[in-house]
Amino acid sequence: MENRSVNGLKRRDFIKISALTGGGIMLGFSWIGCSSGKGKPVTLNAYIKIDADGKITIMAPNPEDGQGVKTSLPMIVAEELDVDWSQVHIEQAGLDTKKYHRQVAGGSGSVKASWDPFRKAGATARQMMINAAAALWAVSPDKCYTANGMVLLKDSEKKVAYGALTTRAAKMPVPKNITLQNSGTFRLIGKRIPSVDNQAIVTGSYKYGIDTKRKGMLYAAMVRPPAFGQTLKSFNDIEAQKSPGVEKIIRIGDKIAVFGRSIWEVMQGAKKIQAEWQSDVLLESTSDYLNNFKALLIKGPDDDPKRQDGDIKKAFSKPGIRTFEAWYEAPFIAHNCMEPMNFFADVRSDGVELYGPTQNPESICHKTAKLLGIPEDKITVMMTRMGGGFGRRLMFDFVEEAVLASKAVGAPVNLIWTREDDMGGGYYRPMCSYQYKAAVDANNNLIAWHNNSVGVTGNASRPNNFPAGAVPNLQVDAQDYKSPVTTAPWRGPIHNFIAFAEQTFMDEIAHGIKKDPVAFRLELLEQAKKKPVGKVDYDPDRYAAVIQKTAEMAGWGKPKDKGIYQGIGAYYCFDTYITQIAEVLKQDNGKIKIKKIYCAVDCGILINHSGAENEVEGGIIDGIGNALYAEITLTKGKPDQANFNHYRMIKMIEVPEIEVQFIKSNEHPTGLGEPPLPPAGPAVANAVFAATGVRLRTQPFIKSGLFD
Amino acid sequence: MATYNLTINKKKYTVDVDPDMPLLWVIRDFAELTGTKYGCGIAECGACTVHLGDMAIRSCVLPVAGVGDKEITTIEGLSENGDHPVQVAWKELDVPQCGYCQAGQIMATVALLKQKPHPTDEDINDSMTNICRCCSYTRIRKAIKLASEKVTGQVLG
Ligand code: FES
Ligand code: FES
Repeated sequence: MENRSVNGLKRRDFIKISALTGGGIMLGFSWIGCSSGKGKPVTLNAYIKIDADGKITIMAPNPEDGQGVKTSLPMIVAEELDVDWSQVHIEQAGLDTKKYHRQVAGGSGSVKASWDPFRKAGATARQMMINAAAALWAVSPDKCYTANGMVLLKDSEKKVAYGALTTRAAKMPVPKNITLQNSGTFRLIGKRIPSVDNQAIVTGSYKYGIDTKRKGMLYAAMVRPPAFGQTLKSFNDIEAQKSPGVEKIIRIGDKIAVFGRSIWEVMQGAKKIQAEWQSDVLLESTSDYLNNFKALLIKGPDDDPKRQDGDIKKAFSKPGIRTFEAWYEAPFIAHNCMEPMNFFADVRSDGVELYGPTQNPESICHKTAKLLGIPEDKITVMMTRMGGGFGRRLMFDFVEEAVLASKAVGAPVNLIWTREDDMGGGYYRPMCSYQYKAAVDANNNLIAWHNNSVGVTGNASRPNNFPAGAVPNLQVDAQDYKSPVTTAPWRGPIHNFIAFAEQTFMDEIAHGIKKDPVAFRLELLEQAKKKPVGKVDYDPDRYAAVIQKTAEMAGWGKPKDKGIYQGIGAYYCFDTYITQIAEVLKQDNGKIKIKKIYCAVDCGILINHSGAENEVEGGIIDGIGNALYAEITLTKGKPDQANFNHYRMIKMIEVPEIEVQFIKSNEHPTGLGEPPLPPAGPAVANAVFAATGVRLRTQPFIKSGLFD
Repeated sequence: MATYNLTINKKKYTVDVDPDMPLLWVIRDFAELTGTKYGCGIAECGACTVHLGDMAIRSCVLPVAGVGDKEITTIEGLSENGDHPVQVAWKELDVPQCGYCQAGQIMATVALLKQKPHPTDEDINDSMTNICRCCSYTRIRKAIKLASEKVTGQVLG
């Protein structure tokens, strides 16, 4: 194998060409954050391979949790390379700490970060094919063009397939000047392309992490402290030892691992362990959190505000103003990935193999190296498609358990969580409370806004959220509440609840000053555009455009059938603008039924229409389901819910009709994993107010008695 | 422990397991057919849906001792190459997100269409009680209707 490389001005433009033995060419390219430090060699984390027989392989480097990147990222390459989608094979890359970096599914960032480098790589490969064909025909490259994996000569019948050009191309310099495809004539981008794993999924042949089975492997179940803040005092495993299929029981720190030949048998064995737990920290219940949060919000923070524009103290003491105030409470909720946590680990003296569903392969490699005190290059990580991520699989805990279990038992291990383990412990969305205050002057101008927040998380606020930028006096405060409950990002961290608080509070102000909620928002956005105050994170025009589009789709303000009411939620996060209008029916018995959600999305250039729409519809339904039903409560540190019989999940019967439209755009594409979720809750809550006059201020909404 | 003779996807299996072991785990760990998934273990989510005869059942709560001599069909036994009309509809409409629940959704749909070849929205609401955490429900509903058209040759309203 022969390697040559060209290093452009920017490190991200680095492209490396390798000639493959047996013909063919591989073009490796680097992409987001993959520099390994100043002066060090640049690493590559994606590639395009063109075999001599014409087969094209594009490696998808990102973990796939259902957000669709395994399809959408290769689409970008295929577009620029000018090949037929049916010619393309997609490979999922494992984590290779030497080769690849920053392979994360989180922050809705995959598509946003990949757009430029993936386009350039595809375009470079295409130019190489053109140059090779030009040399073959002894013509100038600008006499050549491409179509469907072929180079063609203008005004002639001559054409040659990419595969036949690879040997020649591998010997030529990497082109510096490349032309990207015109976004107006994309053939693939913006189309509906089904997910590349569909065949394997619908036939049941796709192997998820829970399906991993190897020779000599043991399954492991883990007994963990039932309450947050507890440690293991002692245990009796006499009954468990006798349980059929159980081969070994080993204490690992404050947990007890049960090993055996099948999943159900180790789960049964674990149930038979009698453990005594102890605690030297306070084991708090949900009511303790609520009371303590309230006291902290009243006391106010010791730290500086997260954001401060103007002077809210002065503004709130002005004569002739009208003030609004509301308090909101967000419960702990579980991630509930459909595939419970699991991981395969094989810890041997010569190295460690990790295999399974993770959103964060790089971090688990790093942490495993630290845990075992071994170098990272002794560890290999391979990712499976995840049965859901939602932030839960960014964590290390379940991988750590598998590693320690494999080390302790001296065999490869697939460690499987039960649903009860998964829901009744681990990590939750943080519980948070908010106090919002606002003031309008005599002319109904919004002159002051204060968000006071607290939660079991570093920062329960999102300080630059709209209407920041449109209000002359604005302050955002956040306090962290220390708790033994472990919390993790949950699809749209903080956004997933704060959108509800902000968007319903805004609605409350609009109704209070008798302004239409849509007009009220548009006026504020106009303000942020014309007279911005402090930092303005969002583009007011794009924000306004999705609001207007959704209002138009929903026939906002037009007369509706009897019993039909609408409410709006308009939100911006992770660079994506989404507005939703919920349409609800107030039934004769007074109960609310959600009939329809209208939704407009501005995520820049749309890559895969099918995947994007699926993600948006799913996000909306997830947003509704969690706002309506989700809650983990604690009694003395122990979760009261551990399975779906006590934790309601939205089902088919509750799902409203959904209409989604994407704004036509030439802006840089942005992610959709998280942004569709936050606006759903407030849209429904505002529609509930329109229908009933009741203001919802806590979740789950089901507790209001307004829903069945 | 006891010995059981099972017919799964027309193939015979003999397993020596605890009579209480749910069929789900026998299918996965002993017949080594992992397309059927575990989601809750208490008949709440439907990820483990298989057919016992023509009936869709939640295999996580059926002890292997209760299976008797009925034939079991799992997602792997639905078709040779994924060309059962329900599978085709699923692919055509690009239903899966993470995909983990979809074997159960497909098995539930196949059973529904056997009973009701032209299901109404209400039929779908009543019989499709499987959880999809990714909330691909909108497309599942569309795919059920498309599959119904494929099976019966008639377009649903
Ligand atoms: S695993 Fe059987 S219903 Fe959930
Ligand atoms: S597709 Fe992920 S749970 Fe249904």
